[in-house]
Amino acid sequence: MDPTILSRWQFALTTIYHWLFVPLTLGLGWFVAYFQTHYYQTRDESWRKMTKFWGKLFLINFAIGVVTGIVQEFQFGMNWSEYSRFVGDIFGAPLAIEALLAFFMESTFLGIWIFGEGRVPEKVHLASIWLVAIGSNLSAIWILLANGFMQAPPAEAFVYNSANGRLEMVNFLALVVNPKAWIFIWHTLADGLAMAAFLILAVSAWRLVRKQNVEFFKRSFHIGALVGLIASTMVFLGGHTMGQYMKEVQPMKLAALEAIWETEQPASFSLLTIGDLSGKQEVWSLRIPYLMSFLACNDFSCEVKGVDELQAQYEQQYGPGDYIPLMVVTYWTFRIMMTFGLIMMGASAWFLWATRKKDYENAKWLKLVPFGALALPYLANASGWILTEMGRQPWIVYGLLKVEDAVSPNLTVLDLWISLIGYTAVYSALAVAMVKLMFKYAAADPDAAMHESVDAAPALVGAED
Amino acid sequence: MSYEFLQTLWFILIAILWIGFFFLEGFDFGVGMLLPFLGKKDEERRAVINAIGPTWDGNEVWMLTAGGATFAAFPHWYATMFSGFYLALFLLLVGLILRGISFEYRSKDSNPAWRSRFDWMIAVGSFMASLLLGAAFANLARGVPIDENMMYTGNLFTLLNPYGLLGGLTTVVVFLLHGANFLGLKLEGELRERAIAFSKKLYIAAVVVATLLLAATYIYTDIRSKLGIDPGITPIASFVALLVTIYFINRRMEGWAFVMTALHIVLTQVTFFTLMFPRVMVSSLNPDWSLTIYNASSSQYTLTVMSVVALIFVPIVLAYQGWTYYMFRKRVSADKKTLVY
Repeated sequence: MDPTILSRWQFALTTIYHWLFVPLTLGLGWFVAYFQTHYYQTRDESWRKMTKFWGKLFLINFAIGVVTGIVQEFQFGMNWSEYSRFVGDIFGAPLAIEALLAFFMESTFLGIWIFGEGRVPEKVHLASIWLVAIGSNLSAIWILLANGFMQAPPAEAFVYNSANGRLEMVNFLALVVNPKAWIFIWHTLADGLAMAAFLILAVSAWRLVRKQNVEFFKRSFHIGALVGLIASTMVFLGGHTMGQYMKEVQPMKLAALEAIWETEQPASFSLLTIGDLSGKQEVWSLRIPYLMSFLACNDFSCEVKGVDELQAQYEQQYGPGDYIPLMVVTYWTFRIMMTFGLIMMGASAWFLWATRKKDYENAKWLKLVPFGALALPYLANASGWILTEMGRQPWIVYGLLKVEDAVSPNLTVLDLWISLIGYTAVYSALAVAMVKLMFKYAAADPDAAMHESVDAAPALVGAED
Repeated sequence: MSYEFLQTLWFILIAILWIGFFFLEGFDFGVGMLLPFLGKKDEERRAVINAIGPTWDGNEVWMLTAGGATFAAFPHWYATMFSGFYLALFLLLVGLILRGISFEYRSKDSNPAWRSRFDWMIAVGSFMASLLLGAAFANLARGVPIDENMMYTGNLFTLLNPYGLLGGLTTVVVFLLHGANFLGLKLEGELRERAIAFSKKLYIAAVVVATLLLAATYIYTDIRSKLGIDPGITPIASFVALLVTIYFINRRMEGWAFVMTALHIVLTQVTFFTLMFPRVMVSSLNPDWSLTIYNASSSQYTLTVMSVVALIFVPIVLAYQGWTYYMFRKRVSADKKTLVY
């Protein structure tokens, strides 16, 4: 197999996996910090239980994000050394700042939060969880600024140095204020909050159906529904704005996610398009007129360029090659992301409405929530990133460097199989342990969450080894 | 600020990050490797983990920051080293993953088999990381095959030469001693006694391997031409610090014993970076193909921006990390009532 393909599979595996856990970290931190603040202000013991119960789930999830994050930082150099040489001048800076500003902050203060209760002043303990939440979200901001450069390099930020064949930074500020990146940041941080809200909804509904700790989980469910509605609306607004930027900076991705082959004015939105097996041609399609023009430019009559025209244009601009992303992937991931996102908005609005009834814990619809509220955000979130990254193929830095020119030239197929299989094995084992613990702690009594481990039996570790 | 000044500054900054990492994670790795041997009962193991519990993750970030800073300041160094040492780094990452997840998960279930498994993963992960980092740094000093295009032409087995392996072994043993000294300083009662007993045994092993490594350094690296037969005060002081450690261990002055192994590690790293400067990766094929701070660095603009960022944030980070150590300065006892899980 081609080393580039293997490196791409590995990047996809490690990145999608890492990103299954991080959004929850980003969002749930705010919830736990809020619960603890509420306890600090009211001295109401039930808020302390909220902090502990959701805090335990936060920690179990956080740990996986941390350990898989180290791989993320190393693999640019390990698998994409030519990329690292080409853009290190620009891309390395936000990465280093992320470590210095955010990683130190979240890891140091998380240590204080876990071990510091009763040892450090209570105000410091409370401040620690806020700093963890801020630190993890800062980290997301810096890595998205780096990603934003790859997606839409702001022209003022860099020059190409033909003497050494590398990009060089000339304006750091332009890198930091890159509007495309900030829409991503908005979209992603709101997505983290929505993810956390939906986890809380799922766990609370699961417990309410079983009539366990009804007061505790009704309060959680209500907070989850409220934040879920606000956050998923923010995600939606960010996504809609992104469509208009995409038309400017990545028109090919926009055309590919809609499966528009021929340029249209006004453009229709596809409800269902079936392409031929090569994915290069439309066979049949059901469309809503004008809607795509609205999505792309907030205007019902604008022109949306088709894949064929863009391919011809790119061949002229960048030389011969295939500039069309894998359309079956972009088309369906876009639909999954958008549909699920809209359902999340609708569902959380409905939850908010339905929880006005006092005895909603007996309602039949509640039984659907545990599974649905987990599946929707995870699938929407993974689909969104697959769309973003696959939709810019063949580029690793849009318009400047292709993926095939970015890979480490010294790696053998054997090297790559070893690491790919190794990561898959380790990550699978991590997932098993993590899911086991999440279930166990989600099923635990909130009183038990106040203690070290939720099971009562004393442990005798070390006795037999 | 001149370009050359900035390049030297960033070499020093990255050196400081690695030195800090070896000093801090050195005892974390040592504690991790000692865990199953020092703690017999569950509370004892928890006490051993809690000695580094609040701080190990922050210590590990020193390496992440070193990696990020290398990417930003010397992209060619980052690209050549990380792609060249591919499988070694992959194993390092596996070790760090096993270890990191285990600290968080081992106490989340009270099943003894579950806890025991994670305790051993901490030990094995810490061992893998120490061995591989030591081997990697020894190979950097010895030189690795790099061609005229800054491309590493060896493979994993190129790194497993006698000098590389000796570097790995020395790192493992010195970290074990450093960890035992740290635990002598941080634990109470029976556990403290056991830690001191380990320090005494490990001291002998550490002196033996460190002496061998020192001798081998004269054979395998260009220390004679770079630093001379008399290598100067730093490596000598480093060796003396290790030698006198036993004096403090025997007198139960754990704080000073810990300071001595810390000095040994720090000064050994200073020697390493002095030996390397101004090179960042030595080519064993042709000295002209070595990566240096001049041919591997970012543009002057990037280095300037990064310097401003570092100037603002490094002192802040140092302040709150140091403050954390102060907050958790008390000894940890294996008493179930006071343990945090």
